[in-house]
Amino acid sequence: MINFFGTEISFMQILTGVLYLVFAPVIGCLIAGIDRKITARMQGRFGPPILQPYYDMRKLFAKEAITVRGSQELFVVCCLIFMIITGLFFFAGGNLLMVIFTLTMASVFLIVAGFSSNSPFSQIGAERELLLMMTYEPMVLLMAVGLYLVNGSFDVSEIVMSDPISIIYLAGMFIGYMYVLTMKFRKSPFDLSMSHHAHQELVKGLTTEFSGGTMAVLEIVHWYENVLLLGFVFLFFSNGTVLMVAIGVVACLAMYFLEIIIDNGYARMKWQFAFKSGWIMTIIFGGVNLIVLYYLKLFGLIGA
Amino acid sequence: MAYITKSPWLIHYDGSSCNGCDIEVLACLTPMYDVERFGVINTGNPKHADIFLVTGSVNEQNIPVVQQIYEQMPSPKVVVAVGICACSGGVFKDCYNIIGGVDKVIPVDVYVPGCAARPEAIIDGVVKGLGALEKKQKNLDTVLTLEKVAREEAEEYD
Amino acid sequence: MGVLALLILFPLIIALIMLAIKSDKIRTPIVVGAAIVIGALSIFFAVTNLGSEMKVMWLSAGAAEIVGNAMIVIEAALALLIVYQGLKYKKYLACILALVQTPLLIWFELTKGHDIKTETFLYSDNFSIIMIVIIGVIGSAICVYATGYMKDFTKHHPDAGDRRPFFYFLMFLFLSAMFGIVISNNLVWMYFFWEITTLCSFFLIGYSKGLKEAINNSFRALIMNLLGGLFFVVGIVVLGYFAETVELSSLLTMATEGKATGQMMPFIPVVVGCLAFAGLTKAAQMPFSSWLLGAMVAPTPTSALLHSSTMVKAGVFLIVKLSPALGVNTMFDIGPGFMVILVGGVTFLFASMAALSQSNAKRVLAYSTVANLGLIVACAGVGTAPAVWAAILLIIFHAVTKSLLFLCVGTAEHNIRSRDIEDMDGLFGRMPRLAAFMIVGISGMFLAPFGMLISKWAALQAVADSNDAWLVLFIVFGSSVTLFYWMKWLGKMVAVVANRENIQQNVHNAEWSITGGLTGLVIAFTITFPFFSHTTIVPYLTGAFKGISEANAEALRTDNLIIMIVMVVLVLCLILLLYGRTNKRVVPLYMSGVNKGDDLTYEGAMQKDVPIALRNWYLADMFPEKLMNKIGNIVTCVVLTLTLTYLLGIVLYMLDYLKSMGGVL
Repeated sequence: MINFFGTEISFMQILTGVLYLVFAPVIGCLIAGIDRKITARMQGRFGPPILQPYYDMRKLFAKEAITVRGSQELFVVCCLIFMIITGLFFFAGGNLLMVIFTLTMASVFLIVAGFSSNSPFSQIGAERELLLMMTYEPMVLLMAVGLYLVNGSFDVSEIVMSDPISIIYLAGMFIGYMYVLTMKFRKSPFDLSMSHHAHQELVKGLTTEFSGGTMAVLEIVHWYENVLLLGFVFLFFSNGTVLMVAIGVVACLAMYFLEIIIDNGYARMKWQFAFKSGWIMTIIFGGVNLIVLYYLKLFGLIGA
Repeated sequence: MAYITKSPWLIHYDGSSCNGCDIEVLACLTPMYDVERFGVINTGNPKHADIFLVTGSVNEQNIPVVQQIYEQMPSPKVVVAVGICACSGGVFKDCYNIIGGVDKVIPVDVYVPGCAARPEAIIDGVVKGLGALEKKQKNLDTVLTLEKVAREEAEEYD
Repeated sequence: MGVLALLILFPLIIALIMLAIKSDKIRTPIVVGAAIVIGALSIFFAVTNLGSEMKVMWLSAGAAEIVGNAMIVIEAALALLIVYQGLKYKKYLACILALVQTPLLIWFELTKGHDIKTETFLYSDNFSIIMIVIIGVIGSAICVYATGYMKDFTKHHPDAGDRRPFFYFLMFLFLSAMFGIVISNNLVWMYFFWEITTLCSFFLIGYSKGLKEAINNSFRALIMNLLGGLFFVVGIVVLGYFAETVELSSLLTMATEGKATGQMMPFIPVVVGCLAFAGLTKAAQMPFSSWLLGAMVAPTPTSALLHSSTMVKAGVFLIVKLSPALGVNTMFDIGPGFMVILVGGVTFLFASMAALSQSNAKRVLAYSTVANLGLIVACAGVGTAPAVWAAILLIIFHAVTKSLLFLCVGTAEHNIRSRDIEDMDGLFGRMPRLAAFMIVGISGMFLAPFGMLISKWAALQAVADSNDAWLVLFIVFGSSVTLFYWMKWLGKMVAVVANRENIQQNVHNAEWSITGGLTGLVIAFTITFPFFSHTTIVPYLTGAFKGISEANAEALRTDNLIIMIVMVVLVLCLILLLYGRTNKRVVPLYMSGVNKGDDLTYEGAMQKDVPIALRNWYLADMFPEKLMNKIGNIVTCVVLTLTLTYLLGIVLYMLDYLKSMGGVL
């Protein structure tokens, strides 16, 4: 046990944090590789090797170092640092709202990197990324509040271990989160700002001016981010028992598979649709669920 | 082995082609040929690309375009001229506006003849380009120095 | 405690001196000197008087009587002044409001009020000390900034005439009145200072006499604030008649006791509701937000003063002060707590949405002020200690950051001749230092780990804990909209546009020192605020909210705050160490056509050179400003009507009851 300004942090928490630090990129990379393989198979292709994202990353680091603005690299590195910090907070059982705000900060650095180049394609990508942020942010915050109301704490360590199986009370929030997760994973139909697919109308959107090592850092950011986002899914299931932990892990994988299906099943939507539908889903599923929770709390059915 | 050979990303530029070769380039991405097997991605952005795939010959207007795309690609990079027009100007060679093959403007590493070049030939050309890429990656410092010298000379010339 | 009186009197004397000085050469040193003295006085007072106990300034009955009488005379004179101005510009509503409230108050003072014994006239607790420091430091800093700014302003706007003596008179009078508001315990006194701030803002907004817009907007501000003043008077009269007191502290004691025992005396919600209404008007909450937006016609220091440290902060100060008496108890409670929470929440959401479509920097700032005040008001309305903790933090961070941003925009406006965000394209090349200050300011407004975001986090946590969890919906949507409009502005600031001439050498030194100082303050306060929270805010909360332990008063745990501070330091170090240092080869942009080499033009079709222009997204068709205001105004009007009708019902019921008891009124 370590006492950090009045809060006990167990070694287990530190261990999970370190595990995240080391293994998240590995898992993220494998997920990305499997994603490409499955996508290829769905399209009747053979697909690249599972380790393809790793090869890409290594290749990018080996390329000539060029940039359009001296400041760009700094912002992308900041993005990586804050993404790692976010994940550390999450997997070490920190405050969920803090996790979300730090995650926002990582995204902000990415957008700033896009803006800083003053390049037309980067800026359009950055603005679209920003729009998507505005779209998913309410749902993500609502999810945190929902988890808090059910589990009685914002601390991830408490939420994971506390008795209630959150998804029972948070079914609406879960659907809402699933919806915005497509935006966060940057999958079709909401891969507006940048796409993992070959062709898109904005050249490469936000990442147009990133090349070589900068681009490689960005890939690593995505790996960390995807593991973190799946971690949020896990929170809905876990109550500390082995069974629910197993179900949670399976749910995460199932969720990612679902995202791949959606990715392959839809063309890109317009930003207007992305924004409006995102907020409507948030209000309907997130908002209604919140009000249900409010009454449950009023009648003493949930919370301490 | 250099990782670049496992992940060659390419940018495709259509000079003044009749679109025959372009269709064949795209055909490479289809399930039938599936170049993504080799880690190939068609990026559409020179700053991400390793292989510059040019179809069609160069004309007066697109000289600066071809040059700039080439310049914007980070080293190591190779150029693959796809189709006879890109190799030498083809049947358009004597047109009033045509300069000739891509090699009149930028250095070409692999020539893929054909009218139109077949997808198998294009894939073969890209794979040949990988060999050149690997060599350049191994001697990246030399390549970069040479490029730097060339840039400085060009500036003085201006 | 003599310092307390000095805080009111010293700016007053300086104000009068200002009226007499016509020359800039003499004025500038006096303004700077006075500002330093006021700042030093407020800090000295804060350092010597911090503590959990409420400190009272003793005043002999005779002296109080004299001051009280003087106030009545001045109030009558001010009412006549308003009537004169109203007749002159044919704004009769202002005359009517002035002619109703001042005679009402004077009548009350001469009849019932005369018999009421007041024990404490002036006091200070930790909250008022926080306000004193904000007013003393930021308010006087803005006065110093004005010495540089007003030179240019007079040059650029010859039609406005040189009325600078009057301008500085108003600025210092404003500070004096603000000190008065935050330390008055006697509500009649507080009302006096309240009215002075109303009048000062009226004259400051109407500074450019030639502009019809300025006159109209100043009267709008006057009328709305007089309406609030009217409710203030009604509150005082009701309190005086039913409770035989005009002291704020007694009102709060009665209210908290009533809340604890569940037996609230029926007139208390009426008084609290009236005072809260006055606070809402002054804090420019919807439907009264238009006066603050109209206030932009005034010179920038005025806007900075109104938005950051004074005027609107007086409104939220009163509401936060009343907070222990607010809160919603049952599901069907439509009392003052309900009114304050909903008005605040709705204002936060819709003002943020209205800001989305704005490209005028000052309008963005104005809407953001309205929205943030909404959040403060909503937190105060929740009425729990952690929520008030968040509200006070918001007040502090908002004051520092917003004054910085206003002053930066003012300087930018004078140098690039535009206050449009789109024209600030490439400001980083033209005025790097100013752009850096603005980046700090903008980040401070919405980004973790800076203060405003920490406060929002605290607000979210406090609200989730309270019985009003539905308020979360307003906060989450409002804050994501906030993210959008700040972020796109930040994007304009960080964008590096090639080949821009540096034009920042024309900026006055006074402007540099103040904006630089405020930037430092934003960062310094973000790093040190847990310390201030422990030493000032928490003791205030444990005093104001009975039965709150120190551990429960803060919405956020210390460990999280420490992490945030570490992150601030990390960001600063990263940026300072690594900014602009790259050994990468710098290449031109990709433009889908041949970049001509300057990153600003490309060769388009038919070999034509096409310049590029990058513009932000404003989503005006999704969030039209007018519609957002309209919805916000309608909803808040409904809420206000509901609560005020309910309170009127209570008053009628009480009168009826008194009549049946044979009581006299």
